[in-house]
Amino acid sequence: MATAAITAERENYLNQEYGIKSWLLTVDHKRIALLYLLSITFFFFIGGFFALLIRLELLTPAGDLVQADTYNKLFTMHGQVMVFFFLIPSIPAVLGNFLVPLMIGAKDLAFPRINLLSWYLYIIAGVLMLHCMLTGGVDTGWTFYTPFSTAFSNTKVIEAGLAIFISGFSSILTGLNFVVTIHRMRAPGMTWNRLPLFIWAHYATSIIQLLGTPVIAVTLVLVVLERALHLGIFDPTRGGDPLLFQHLFWFYSHPAVYIMILPSMGIVSEIVPCFSRKRIFGYNFIALSSISIAVFGFLVWAHHMFVAGISLYAALIFSALSYLVAVPSAVKVFNWTATMYKGSITFSTPMLYAFGFIGLFLMGGLTGLFLAALGIDVHVTDTYFVVAHFHYIMVGGAVMGYLGGMHFWWPKISGRMYPESLGRLAAVIVFLGFNLTFFPQFILGYMGMPRRYWQYPPEFQVLNVLSTAGSTILAVGYLLPMVYFLWSMRYGKVAPDNPWGASGLEWETSSPPPTFNFDTPPVVTWEAYDYEHIPAPQEARSGG
Amino acid sequence: MFDNLPLWPTRASTTAGSVDALFIFLVALSALVTAAIVAIIIVFAIQYRRRKGVVAEQIEGSTALEITWSIIPLGIFIMIFVWGAVIYFKERTPPRGATEVYVVAKQWMWKLQHEEGQREINELHVPVGRDVKLILTSQDVIHSFYVPAFRIKQDVLPGRYTTAWFHPTKAGTYHLFCAEYCGSQHSGMIGQVVVLEPAQYQAWLSGGGATGTLASNGQNLFLQLGCATCHRSDTQGRGPNLVGLFGKPVQLEDGRTVTADENYVRESILSPGSKVVSGFKPIMPVFQGLVSEEQLNALVAYVKSLNPSPSGAAGVAAAVPSDAKPQEPKVQ
Amino acid sequence: MADSPIAVEHHNPALKHHFSTMEQQREASSLGMWLFLATEIMFFGGMFCAYLIYRYWFFSDFAAASNSLDITLGTVNTAVLICSSLTVVMAVRAAQLGKRQQQVVYLALTLVLGLAFLGIKGVEWSSKFKEHHIPGPTFNFEGSVPGHPNQPVSQQHTQLFFSLYFAMTGMHALHMIIGVGIFTYLLYYAWKGKYTPEYHTPLENSGLYWHFVDIVWIYLFPLLYLIDRKK
Repeated sequence: MATAAITAERENYLNQEYGIKSWLLTVDHKRIALLYLLSITFFFFIGGFFALLIRLELLTPAGDLVQADTYNKLFTMHGQVMVFFFLIPSIPAVLGNFLVPLMIGAKDLAFPRINLLSWYLYIIAGVLMLHCMLTGGVDTGWTFYTPFSTAFSNTKVIEAGLAIFISGFSSILTGLNFVVTIHRMRAPGMTWNRLPLFIWAHYATSIIQLLGTPVIAVTLVLVVLERALHLGIFDPTRGGDPLLFQHLFWFYSHPAVYIMILPSMGIVSEIVPCFSRKRIFGYNFIALSSISIAVFGFLVWAHHMFVAGISLYAALIFSALSYLVAVPSAVKVFNWTATMYKGSITFSTPMLYAFGFIGLFLMGGLTGLFLAALGIDVHVTDTYFVVAHFHYIMVGGAVMGYLGGMHFWWPKISGRMYPESLGRLAAVIVFLGFNLTFFPQFILGYMGMPRRYWQYPPEFQVLNVLSTAGSTILAVGYLLPMVYFLWSMRYGKVAPDNPWGASGLEWETSSPPPTFNFDTPPVVTWEAYDYEHIPAPQEARSGG
Repeated sequence: MFDNLPLWPTRASTTAGSVDALFIFLVALSALVTAAIVAIIIVFAIQYRRRKGVVAEQIEGSTALEITWSIIPLGIFIMIFVWGAVIYFKERTPPRGATEVYVVAKQWMWKLQHEEGQREINELHVPVGRDVKLILTSQDVIHSFYVPAFRIKQDVLPGRYTTAWFHPTKAGTYHLFCAEYCGSQHSGMIGQVVVLEPAQYQAWLSGGGATGTLASNGQNLFLQLGCATCHRSDTQGRGPNLVGLFGKPVQLEDGRTVTADENYVRESILSPGSKVVSGFKPIMPVFQGLVSEEQLNALVAYVKSLNPSPSGAAGVAAAVPSDAKPQEPKVQ
Repeated sequence: MADSPIAVEHHNPALKHHFSTMEQQREASSLGMWLFLATEIMFFGGMFCAYLIYRYWFFSDFAAASNSLDITLGTVNTAVLICSSLTVVMAVRAAQLGKRQQQVVYLALTLVLGLAFLGIKGVEWSSKFKEHHIPGPTFNFEGSVPGHPNQPVSQQHTQLFFSLYFAMTGMHALHMIIGVGIFTYLLYYAWKGKYTPEYHTPLENSGLYWHFVDIVWIYLFPLLYLIDRKK
């Protein structure tokens, strides 16, 4: 299919042009994806470093590693960096940016320059955040509750708020780009029900990004104004209501967790069929469940406020709705499992991550049922039970999905294979380290250990030590891929167009793809996940 | 450290048992579901691993299955919702006749005022077997009153009252934690709830330190601040009569009807113009900044004590039945 | 597949490389602008929500504060903005008809009206400053609840009104300023003849933006200025 001369290395988006300007001024969605990859990996390690310090402090009941104020800044900035500068952009801005045009058969996203702007906004926000962290930090918790954040904290609340505000625009523009692209730029024959589920997942995610992020933007604006000008919108001593802040904050921040998990689910929906060699079970239901999660996700925010002082009746309504939103997620787990039935399964690294995702997301989701139960929530809210729950979803779920996706599409992105045995080893280390880190926290939470505690009563120490031990193992698991992905760019086996024998338009083009994605624009005449007609994987060419 | 490794705190209140029951059910359900799915996946992974000559079977889906595995979980979820809601409803409905304790949270300590007059800091003494209702407010930021052994938690807000209640069932000393991040010493804002057998509690009560009941302190303030001038116990006052007011509906000037609860009394003192009673002029002075949280609590307790029925315990020592006559404000 | 319509369109210099037809490009940018406006609705929505809640709780104080706003200037501004939306529509129409001169005139008029709005807003704000209605240490609201000359207002609640008033009208004014910037850019390129019947998408989409900012004002005006104004 290549019209270019067949040379030792074909022209692709990586080697088409060299030089820093060609990267910093690129409008190629694939290069922008790599720019994002570098930046979010950087912030992941910053957030991870804060997490390690937190876990080290919590080895002993007394506060003896850092001071209380420092500890409060550590957990605040761990949360802010991980949520806004890693999890929310990660899959959409890296894998989404790279793959959405390829998967639908387009040459680029609808608005390539806005895509680049998105990245620059992220960088500006990131620099501001770094500056904030280096010049004193912020200690309000990532949730910024008032009146502490507006009238009591002595830290750089305004700067952090502005940084997150700017990062929000990055997120909004990415979502906008994806929705328009998916609507208007599908290749001929690529109908809605032939779209890969990765696309459906990103479509749903983008809807949430578009409609939810502006609310936290305006909330942060009001917090910044209140703090700077001593207004009273959220301050009871000046006529305001602190609960209004909480409603506005959670109205975005709950849907935000679906921004963080839906893309991961999309990845699993790609990996499982490929390594089972069969079409996904229940395509329509999985697509529908992504949209349902996006819609219902906007209706449950006050389940974060059951003990905050809302009325009994409001609490009842939000609890009921929270159970509704659990159903589509359960449906996905069943569908992935059913896909494996009568399949032909291999245990590649991406598949191991998919298995890990299913198990850990299942556990995290089930513990969500605990939290939605009003009577239980009263006891466990604001304790380590909640911390464990959301880390099971965010880390056990979203991050494992992200890593699975990075391994699955690495050959396409880089043109190289990563070392398979190291990949599997890292996946197992991550899985084990993760469980040791976070399972004890469920117990700690039910036993009564509150979150955001710098020091704690001695009876909680054993479980804390186990958790810290797990975190060191987890750290190793995360460092390994960093190392071997870099290694593979020089020494990895050269990848064929379709090393996995996977379905999807992205695999119809070269690894790495040419700058304009396809040598001839594709016309689609087959259904998604057409594994019946896709040949078994080619062997990778050995290249040194 | 290893002598007992509990999985949950002691059960020391009437709600603890019901909360733990639902929790254990959910643990069992989750364990079952997780084990089932994991087992199925392992079985599939082994039985359907890649083998030469064996081709995967392309299965599109099954609407019947999808409906089944949507409806059944939904049914289970609804059941869990109802179970949790019933517990919560009980948790948020303090029983009548409960002893009241006023709690003022501030960075970074708990201040507690018993009706009988005792004041405590970071410690709460209560007797076994009696309902206790907490009326909580904060002097500064949001805190949260959390006693794991009772399985109760309630955020404590500045500018208004929130309430919580419990019924201790077992003598002992239990952790009290602040569970809403409130700044520097959030993790130091801890204390204990000391549950005593009734006889020991009596002994503790009479141990002294009280300077009059909370309601009688409130009465003194009521006189000192001049409230009695307008709030007379007849119809001649420029302000509404407060006898028998607490807990009743009140018709406001703008047509709304509100209930005279703790928050209403508090708001009427701090910001009287917000809810003017129908038929009265908006002339009450504003006491914001002139009374502390503790003084507000005393005033609220006093207004409650003006009710003739036993529902507002009139600040008398616990052993004596609360049919003491309500205090009439002395007319000046 | 080198279809002839596509081959022809490849010659249109305004067609970006990643789109296959002008129609696709036009529909994509239009959808993009509509989605962006949806985000703006959510953005302003947060503030409207806060405003509506406090207004419900503190109606009489909010009424008193609202009555101190200059209803004449507010009405004039509303008329100015509505007229400016008309001139925007006329500019787009002119582009559709290929009339460059008319485009320039209408875009210039839009700019003038937009600047007039901002100027009148500035006058309003400075009078608020003189009356000590700017929230902060200098805030002092003199006046009583409308219809109840004896009932004093709550300084806290009236200050709350003004906090939201300035936040909302300030955010709106910021969007107007951005709009003025965009239309200055459009005016320049219209004068250079860039917008033709075949390609005037930037005019259309910027027009959508301008109409949106106008609609936000049409909600702001009665909510903020017209509380309890029985005369």
